This record gives sequence, C-alpha cells and structure tokens, in this order.
Amino acid sequence: MSSPHDAPVAASRGPVEWPETLLPQVQDILSRYPTKQAAVMPLLWLAQDIWDWLDLDVMRLVARTIEVPPSQVHAVASFYSMFKKAPTGKYLVQVCQTLSCALVGAEGIIKHLEKALDVDAHGNSKDGLFTLLRVECLASCGSAPMMQVNEHFYERLTPETCDQIIAGLRSGKPLSLPRPEVDVWTFPVS
Amino acid sequence: MDFPRILSGNWETPNSHTLPVARSLGVYGRLEKALRMQPTEIVQVVKDSGLRGRGGAGFPTGMKWSFVPGPDKRGGKPVYLLCNADESEPGTFKDRYCMWKDPHLMIEGMIIAAHAIGCKVGYVYIRGEFRYIYDRLWEAVHEARAAGLLGNNILGTGVDFELHIHLGAGAYICGEETALISSLEGFKGQPKLKPPFPAVEGAWRAPTIVNNVETLSAVPWIIEHGAAAYKALGTEKSPGTKLFSCSGHIRKPGVYEVALGYPMKDLIEKECGGLLPGRTMKAVIPGGSSVPIMTPAEVYACTMDYESISTVAGSYLGSGGMIVMDDTTDLVAALANLLRFYAHESCGQCTPCREGCGWMYHILCRVRDNCATAEDLVTLKDLADNIHSKTICFFGASAAMPVQSFLLKFKADFIARIEAASKGIASGTHIAPPSPATVGA
Ligand SMILES: Cc1cc2nc3c(=O)[nH]c(=O)nc-3n(C[C@H](O)[C@H](O)[C@H](O)COP(=O)(O)O)c2cc1C
Ligand code: SF4
Ligand code: FES
Repeated sequence: MSSPHDAPVAASRGPVEWPETLLPQVQDILSRYPTKQAAVMPLLWLAQDIWDWLDLDVMRLVARTIEVPPSQVHAVASFYSMFKKAPTGKYLVQVCQTLSCALVGAEGIIKHLEKALDVDAHGNSKDGLFTLLRVECLASCGSAPMMQVNEHFYERLTPETCDQIIAGLRSGKPLSLPRPEVDVWTFPVS
Repeated sequence: MDFPRILSGNWETPNSHTLPVARSLGVYGRLEKALRMQPTEIVQVVKDSGLRGRGGAGFPTGMKWSFVPGPDKRGGKPVYLLCNADESEPGTFKDRYCMWKDPHLMIEGMIIAAHAIGCKVGYVYIRGEFRYIYDRLWEAVHEARAAGLLGNNILGTGVDFELHIHLGAGAYICGEETALISSLEGFKGQPKLKPPFPAVEGAWRAPTIVNNVETLSAVPWIIEHGAAAYKALGTEKSPGTKLFSCSGHIRKPGVYEVALGYPMKDLIEKECGGLLPGRTMKAVIPGGSSVPIMTPAEVYACTMDYESISTVAGSYLGSGGMIVMDDTTDLVAALANLLRFYAHESCGQCTPCREGCGWMYHILCRVRDNCATAEDLVTLKDLADNIHSKTICFFGASAAMPVQSFLLKFKADFIARIEAASKGIASGTHIAPPSPATVGA
C-alpha cells in the first residue's frame, strides 16, 4: 500500500476560490497569527475539508491568500503526511502498525481488512469507498489494535468488530456506532 | 501509597470537559488567586515545587520559565506560550485523555503559566490525528472566552491572555520543540540547532516557552496547595504524580496516575493487572519507544522516577509510555518495527539520521528474516553509535538508543538469528523490506 499522502501531486482541477460563505473563516484564521505564513496549515486543512484533496490549484489559492510563492505552500503540503496530495476513497482507513499495536495483533487486523475491503496494491477498494493505509502510532496504544477512519478512532479491534464497522460504513450510517473506548482510559481484559 | 489524583481526578465525572462541570469540580478555582500573584512569585512556587517537564526530557519547569528575559530585556517583543499536544512518541497516550476529559484544567494551567512568563497569546499545538479532540479544545476555548476566563482583563484582574488551537498534520518530529515552532510559523517541521533556546528566541524570534499538556495541567494544583504539598509527593528529586501510559502484554492496559517513586513491579502487577496467564516477562520499554529497553531484573529493582530508572537501568522515564513485552515477543521483530517508525519519521536534515535510520531498519529486517551475517550486527552497532549525539535534534539519539540497548541487553536474541541464517534456516532472500512481520502473539 503506497500512500496517497506521499504521492506526487496529481492532475489539477482548474482555478479555485474560497466559497463566499467561508471567507469569514479564512479571515478568522489569518487573525490568529502574527504572520500570514503561519496560516498555511489551517488554510490547507480548510481547503482539504472543502475540496477533499490538495492539487496545485488549491495550493495556489492558499499561496495567494497568505501572499507567498506557491512553491512554499507546496513544500509545506508535501512535508506533512496528513495533507492529501491525491484523492482517496470516501473512507480513509488508517491502521496503526507500530509496536504496541503490533504486540497485540495489528498485523492480523491489517490482513483481515485487506481481504474484507478487497483492496488493490495502492490500498483502494474497487467501489472507491475505501482506501486502506498502514500508519504509525496514533496514541491509542492502550486500546490496541486500532484504526482511524476519517477522523474517528476505532479501538480494541477484532476481526469481528472490523466487519461490523465496515458493514456500517458500507450502509452509509457508520460513524454513529458506539465507540465506548474513546471515553475510557483503562481497558481490563475480560 | 496514598496520593491525590492531581491530573486524572476529574476524569470519571460525566461531562467533565464542559465548563459548568469543570468549574463544579474546582477547575478555574485557583485562577483568580494566581492572577493576583506577581509573575515572579508564580515562577518561584513552581520552581520550589520541583515540577519537571512531562513531555520527555524532565527539565525543571520553573527554571525553564525563569529563562524568559524580563520585559526590559526583550526589545519590545512579545512572549509566547506553546502547549505541546503533539503526543506522537510510540507507547504514549496520556495527553489524549487529559485533553478529552479535562481540557479546562490544561487551559487553566496555561493561563497561569502565561501570566508567570508575561505572555498574552498562546497556542496549543495538537497532532493532526487528534481532530476530534481539536474540536473539543476549541469548544472549551469558546466557553472560557464567553465566561471571561480568556481574553482581556480575565476575572477583572487586568491580565490578558488569548488562546488558539493549532492543528498539526502528521509528523512525529513536530513534537520536538524547535520543530514545533517552525511548524507553527508555517514552515516544514524541521528542528533547529540550540542555542538559541526557545525561551530566549523561539516562535517568530520572540521568547517562547514550550510545555507538555501534562506539565501545564499540574500547575493549578501546585498554586492551590503550594510547593511544599507537591514536593511531599513522589521522591526528593522527582516530586509529584505522573501519568503512565501502559500498553503491550498486560491484562489491564491504560493510563494510570501514581506518585513518582512508585515501584515499577507494582505498576505492572497491580495497576496493569499483571501479565497474561502463563506468560513471563521478556522486557519492558519504560518511557516511550525512544528510551533504552529494560530487562525483567531491572524492572523488579526499579521505581518509576527519573533517578531510579536511570541509575538502575540506564534508561529514562521519558514520556511515561511503558510497553510491556512477554516471552512470546520476537524482540528482533520488535526492534525492526521501531526502526521502521524512525526511518519513516526522520525529518531528513542530518545525514546520520536520514541515512542511518533507514540503513538500520534494512539491516534489522535482514536479521529478522534470518538473512543477516555477524558483520551486520557490527555495522548496526556502529551506525547507532555514530548517530547518537551527532545530529541537530535528539531524534537521532531516540532512534539509536533502542538499537544500542536491545543489542546490549538481548544480544542472544540477535545472535540466534545470525546462527539460523548461517545454518540456512533463512526465510528467503530478503532485498527490500516491504512489510513488517508480526511481532508477537
Ligand atoms: C523527537 C522528539 C519528539 C518529541 N515529542 C514530544 C511530544 O510529542 N510531546 C511533548 O510534549 N514533548 C515532546 N518532545 C519534547 C519537547 O521537545 C519538549 O522538550 C517538551 O515539549 C517540553 O515540555 P515539558 O518541559 O513540559 O516536558 C519531543 C522531543 C523530541 C526530541
Ligand atoms: S536528528 Fe533527524 S529528525 Fe532531528 S533534525 Fe536531524 S534529521 Fe531531523
Ligand atoms: S502503537 Fe498503535 S496506537 Fe500507539
């Protein structure tokens, strides 16, 4: 699975502008910092929320907004792995593979998900719904193994709970699943 | 041991993250007293309390604050306070709960710290993957602002402090304080050489204090109860309580607050419920993935404080992220797993770190897959020794220390793989390391 986050910037979608309704938010972001340059990350986040992934035209818009050359925005966008430089499936499934998770079966979970989602070598499922990625520690080591789906954490995974989560995501009413593990901080083994 | 739960005491209360509940639990109750104290008085109390940074380095907090140049020596520059909520050290997951359960305690700590160092604008730098917590922190900031706890003239004391939350975007290195500053300024998160230390020249070249979430969350209690009460907890050189993130092969993983100086054996056997039935201990990493590994004998002889772990085991308390590994663990695969992490996360500025981490990872994959030679182990140690202390930031050492300590304390595990390789028990020719093997059960 290669990461869309590390991929070179894909084709461009044509020039873009901030939606009128979000201009106050752009201004608010700019007002938080003593320099415009510092607004680059929050603006890239905002842009990613709007356009789902960052192509050169989106980066040019951010560059215009903070009055720096586009290359500087590109440098920042490329450095950080969470800025998407290529489209992903609707659900970005990121499974932690670092030590604490690996000790309690992350590899088995990854293998299970690869099969259940039927992903290709790039981690994409045929229906375009899922992109599966291996990632490093997400600070949920006590509730391992775990994965992040878009911005939600799912923890203490078993193949069975993975199947339930996937079924929920496929049915379109997924993220309301109870996630009690997010709210507790000790995890007695039954 | 009896001790107050200074950091996690509010976590059980439903909706402890909301302002009304937080206030009913005493959060912000110390704020007015603190804001009416002289800044130098607060710095002195924190100094006297012996509070040490909980982000990993354990640097005395009050002393760090005292390095900020006084108003007449700053050339008109502001002072910034940055809360380090990047929490990315593998094995560490405590700040997550501090912010999820008690964001107002952290904010109260930040307001007090800001007053102490003369800061009017602060930022919380939170890792990008914590987006759900980021939203909660903004809610807390808005609640506090509406209640006059942030903004101008806080609680009528004449103190001003504005707080913003800044979302990272997936880079472990941004937890290093100078990288965090570069990232906040809108550049690649690459560390800078120190000196100048951030306290003198940090964000936007102004004096800047970077403190961990847990460090700041301990400050209000110290103001309320005084330095002596805090110093009475823990040990002489490691006062107070600390959150330990416990993971791996234990029955009850999770976050536990104990007074420093607590026996490591008790933490594992009581709080963590011990090992799984029928298993024995193989090794423990006591303070996040970067610190040297410990043998069971060292574990049983140690207490959880800065001095004991370093004198008994040559390791560090670090961030308090304890990873327990039992006898089913393949330590060679475990080390390869960690080096994959470091190879992935090196920011790439220093040649020893950028090239060395990847090189060490590749060698470890060969050892793991039974296709390495005795010479590879020599090269591995040589690489680690040549990375440690020869780089811009401490990341290099963080990658080198696991390698050095695994090789020193568990040499037999590595030799066995070389012997297996020489006997032809190899798992196939291994050229590039595409994926990690399963580490344990
Ligand atoms: C590679 C590296 C990663 C770090 N990651 C973190 C982190 O995620 N969180 C943190 O609080 N400190 C981290 N630190 C330590 C910070 O540089 C800094 O010492 C700390 O935030 C200071 O706060 P404290 O004095 O309250 O501990 C890291 C250091 C290094 C070298
Ligand atoms: S030691 Fe590694 S992470 Fe630190 S500055 Fe050098 S290359 Fe970057
Ligand atoms: S090791 Fe997987 S969340 Fe930390």
